[in-house]
This record gives sequence, C-alpha cells and structure tokens, in this order.
Amino acid sequence: MSIDIQTAARVAKLARIRVEDEALPALAQEFSNILDFIEQLNEVDVEGVEPMVSVTPMRLKRRADGVTDGGMQDKILANAPDAREGFFAVPKVVE
Amino acid sequence: MTELTKMKLAEARDALRKGDVTSVELTEACLKAIEGADALGAFVHKTPEIALEQAKAADARIKAGDAPAMCGLPIGVKDLFCTKGVPSQAASAILEGFTPEYESTVTSQLFGAGAVMLGKLNMDEFAMGSSNENTCYGPAVNPWKRTGDDAKLTPGGSSGGSASAVAADLCLAATGTDTGGSIRQPAAFTGITGIKPTYGRCSRWGIVAYASSLDQAGPMTKDVRDAAIMLQAMCGHDPKDSTSADLPVPDFEAMLTGDIRGKTIGIPKEYRVEGMPEEISKLWDDGAKMLADAGAKIVEISLPHTKYALPAYYVIAPAEASSNLARYDGVRYGHRAKLSQGEGINDMYEKTRAEGFGLEVQRRIMVGTYVLSAGFYDAYYNRARKVRTLIKKDFEDAFAAGVDAILAPATPSSAFGIGEMKTADPVQMYLQDVFTVTLNLAGLPGVAVPTGLDSKGLPLGLQLIGRPWEEGDLLNTAYALEQAAGFVAKPAKWW
Repeated sequence: MSIDIQTAARVAKLARIRVEDEALPALAQEFSNILDFIEQLNEVDVEGVEPMVSVTPMRLKRRADGVTDGGMQDKILANAPDAREGFFAVPKVVE
Repeated sequence: MTELTKMKLAEARDALRKGDVTSVELTEACLKAIEGADALGAFVHKTPEIALEQAKAADARIKAGDAPAMCGLPIGVKDLFCTKGVPSQAASAILEGFTPEYESTVTSQLFGAGAVMLGKLNMDEFAMGSSNENTCYGPAVNPWKRTGDDAKLTPGGSSGGSASAVAADLCLAATGTDTGGSIRQPAAFTGITGIKPTYGRCSRWGIVAYASSLDQAGPMTKDVRDAAIMLQAMCGHDPKDSTSADLPVPDFEAMLTGDIRGKTIGIPKEYRVEGMPEEISKLWDDGAKMLADAGAKIVEISLPHTKYALPAYYVIAPAEASSNLARYDGVRYGHRAKLSQGEGINDMYEKTRAEGFGLEVQRRIMVGTYVLSAGFYDAYYNRARKVRTLIKKDFEDAFAAGVDAILAPATPSSAFGIGEMKTADPVQMYLQDVFTVTLNLAGLPGVAVPTGLDSKGLPLGLQLIGRPWEEGDLLNTAYALEQAAGFVAKPAKWW
C-alpha cells in the first residue's frame, strides 16, 4: 500500500510529532515499505479467529476500591520541566 | 581463584560465602574494569558510590550469616529500569535528566537479594532496535571482532550494553528486557546466555514500557547456571503489575541436572528460512545432534504461521508503543522544547517529541498511530491480534503433541558491523528478530545459549523455547546443550 504525503502529514499530526515538509516524502516512502511488509497478514485466513486479548489466560486481580498511596506531591513534581505552586505548568491553553 | 571480574555468579557467590573474597573487592575490580572500557560504550551512567555502599552492606550480611542468592554480586542494569535517584533514560533524549523517585520491582528484588549495582547500561532507545545504534548515548560496541578485521561490531539490541558488559567481564551479569528478541539476539551476538521468561514471570512495574503485552525482563549472564540464579531473584508475583503471575517460583538452579533423557525436542521446519547461511544451518543441526546424544528424542514439527510473526509484531508493538509513549509530552518529566513567541501547547507537544525521540522511535510511534487510526483498526490491528492467536495455537499444538522444548537458531547471522545496516530499509533490520519474535507473541520462555564460532571467529547462539511457566525444565535442557557444546571462547581484549 502506498502512503501519500498528505497521509504521512496527518499521521505525524495525530502522533503529535513535528515533521518538516521536506522530510515528508521520505517518511511516506518508509511507511509504504513497512505497510507492504505488514500486508502479508492478508494472506492468513482469520475467519472465526478471536483476536488475542491476553497472552496468558488470566483473570485480572481485583482489590477493594480504596486509596492505597498518595501524599507525595513534591515527588510527583520533582521531574517536571516547569512546576509552579504545586502544579505542572504549561503554555496558556485557554484565552 | 579466577580473576575477579571474570567470575560467574555461582563462582563468586561461593567464594564470598567461603570468605575467599569480599564484595567490596569484587565491586572495586568491576569498577576498575568499567573505567577502562569506555570504548565499549556499555555503561552510560556509572554508580560507583551506590555500588560500594551496597557492597559494604552485602559484606556485613555475609558476615552475619544472612547471605541471600545474589548477595554481594556486582551487576549492571539496563537503562530501561527505573532506579531510584539514578538517571533512567531508556537511552532517549526525551528522558534526559529524569531521575525516578521510585525503584522498579525487578531491581528492588535484586537489591533485596543483595545484588550490587555498578551502573546503567546502554540500549536501543525505548528498546526499539536490534543493534544498539538507536541511542542518545552513542552506540554500544561488541567486545568481539572478526578475525583479522578491526571493524567495530554491534552487540545487537536492544539490550546491547548489557550484552557487551557481560561479555567483556565488566560485571558478573546484567538485567535485560525482551520485547521481540532484545535479550536473546544480543546474547547470541556476544557469546553469552540470556533468557526471556514466560510473560508474567517478572513484574513490569517500573520498567519503561515499550509494548506492554510483549515486554519481559530477564537476566543476561555468563552461563546457564547464572541465568537460573539471577532469574529466580528477578521473578515473582507483584500486585503492582496486574499481568504479573501469582504462581510459585521454583528453585531453578536445583533443577539443573543436565539429564534430558526421554525429553522430546521439536525442530520447527518453518524456521529453515530461505537463504539461511550454511553456518547457521550447521550450528542448528549440530545442536540437535548434541541433544540427541544426551538422550533426547528429536522430532520435526510444524509451526505454520511462523512467517507471519514479524509482520504481526510490527503492527502490535508499534500500536502499543504509540499509546505507551504518548506520556512523553514535555509536561511531567524529561525534555521540553523551547517555544517561540505565540506558540501554544500543541507546538510544545510536537516540538518536544520531534526533538526528544530518535528517528526509529518516531517511525514506530507513527506506524502505530496509523494502524490504530479510524478505518484501519480492523484491517491492521485486529487482524494482527487474530494472527497472534494463531501463532500461539501453533505452539500449543506442538506442546500438546508431546514436545517438551523447541530448538531453533537465535539469530539469522553473527554480529554485523556498526553502520553496516545504515543504508538498509528499516524492514531489513526488523528481520534480525525473525527467530525470536514468535515467542514474545506467544508469551513463551526462550533462552539463547552460545554453542559455536563462525568462520569469522564470531559467536553464534542457539535458542530453546519452552512451555509456559516451565523455565526450570527449559534451563535444564539449555544446561545439557551448554555442557555438550562446551563453548568457552572469550573476546580478545582490545578496548
């Protein structure tokens, strides 16, 4: 399957990765090659096959819905590029 | 007594308990070896202070008669594991400066068992790669070289730093992780042993996520016995990882008898791929013969969907990665791009991720985004998950027919040179995982054991694949293969 430049640009946008215009043709070509490789899956008869959800059959454990951890605001913020007054700071979102 | 850094875990453990050596002596010897090995690019964050402190504590424990399995043994830790107060970057620029406030379950269990951490090890960024060339630190280098050729070779990947460090005797053993072959391929490239346990054996908590349904941690060691010792210390149930198995962990080392009489070993015919080098083919046949001589029954088996494992992997892994790596947004940790006047939050996300992620990581995130996007989810992602069901069923059928373990090559070639794959299509690099990736899709344990050298003087490894949760039996078969192969070659020191 061939991926055009518009599709490559749209995927980059969805993935929130800035790709400069001049890099898009090469990227589109790489996507096309990878998708060609993936297309082999179309040869497989998957009629009636369940898509795998969990590789080891297991029922996920449950626990009481209670607070088990917390009270560590300083630790949570310790690695933030910009933290102010106990919050993560980001560029203005709402005018 | 063996030169300290060349010691195996079992050997060093016994020497420590006997009082022939102290952990501080072992640790200092390793730290010295690491200082002299920057050319290998294996250790990317060295932690000598932590190591010496842990070594002193271990010596005190040994003296007090309280010496757990890994007590006083110096190891390296892949940069993918979060280690409290120590940079944990997954070899990515986007996590530059990140120092976790917590310890991963696996490292915490290792430290509980007395292990000493020498530092963090190089890898492919976010564990995506098969050569350890995709890394913000510069490539890790294989201590092995081709005979009469000075070219630097890759140690494989993604756990390339771990493989290089163990093969070069910079540490006694190291942690690795394996999503599509990232423990077994580098182990094979460097002549060491590496096991990926059954999915769910080791807790994934605190290990930077790549593809959560495939990722598993495991040990990379100098031999099979060491793999048994270290795996035991790494695994066990962890309530913090909902996919961690609540099953008892057997004494793996005690299961190493070398007796495999009556075992049935399957040889999957689909693994004999077109264009397989003669040397790999011979290595495989020789391995089968060794197991037969040890009393196992060798049978040809069929795993009909083998061919579709790599394409299925390159849908499922990028899909999971695109979701897992969405968290790197420049808000909570790591790198944030500098913004120009008037730029908003979307510019921040897009610039941060373009600057912080390497090209292969960007590529996989975008492929994952594409296969999950509206209109393609069924055609790609759901189809790949169905094929995954069929791949797992292939193995279940083989085991149901009485096969105890499956023997296959670990890699399609010996180590290749740094930069040699640079001009190749990304898909060419993906083919490195052709023999390893099936197990991750099926959740099965697999171990790579070095069994020979090729004509260029480079190590080659074979892979054994076991039934789920039967790592002990699998390691015993690997032990028998190791005994028969008698691989003892070491790289000549040039670094």
